[in-house]
Amino acid sequence: MNKSELIESLSEKINISHREAAAITNTIIDSMAKALTRGENIEIRGFGSFVIKDYNSYEGRNPKSGKKIKVKPKKLPFFKVGKDLRERVNKGK
Amino acid sequence: MSKGNLTRKEIAEAINNQLGYAQNTCTALVDSFLDGMKSSLLDNDSIKFVHFGTFLVRDKNSRRGRNPRTGETITIKPRQMITFRPSKKLRDLVNK
Repeated sequence: MNKSELIESLSEKINISHREAAAITNTIIDSMAKALTRGENIEIRGFGSFVIKDYNSYEGRNPKSGKKIKVKPKKLPFFKVGKDLRERVNKGK
Repeated sequence: MSKGNLTRKEIAEAINNQLGYAQNTCTALVDSFLDGMKSSLLDNDSIKFVHFGTFLVRDKNSRRGRNPRTGETITIKPRQMITFRPSKKLRDLVNK
């Protein structure tokens, strides 16, 4: 599923126009991206949380050439799925 | 917007500020949006947001594990999990 399919299903489900559903979806994703950019965490009960993890610099290897390279310190958003959703995803099988 | 964690409440406030729906409508909108994401993931369907990232449903094979407390060897059953792969754009923004 991509964003426009999610917008389509939101607009059908709660009976709003496609344009409104798009504006809502974009606002939600935008507010999440902005929070992470500010270094904030996101915590959504029943869904999951995002934390920004700090990584120190380390010696890595170029997987193609095998050459050693130094990887600079970096930050990465890390998503941890909420307990409820994690358990429900597993029951699907 | 308040500093610190972003929760459903702050996302609802962002919708209220930017799109002008009533506050309690905004909370319901956030929940409907999240429900849509959840039902897609529960259908084993990954979700891709360009410029943000991809939520993937991944199958994990069974493996031998150990109970860290008792040291007992146990077989961990095949299971599924949700992972998130941030887009290049988001990774760049976070490191700015």
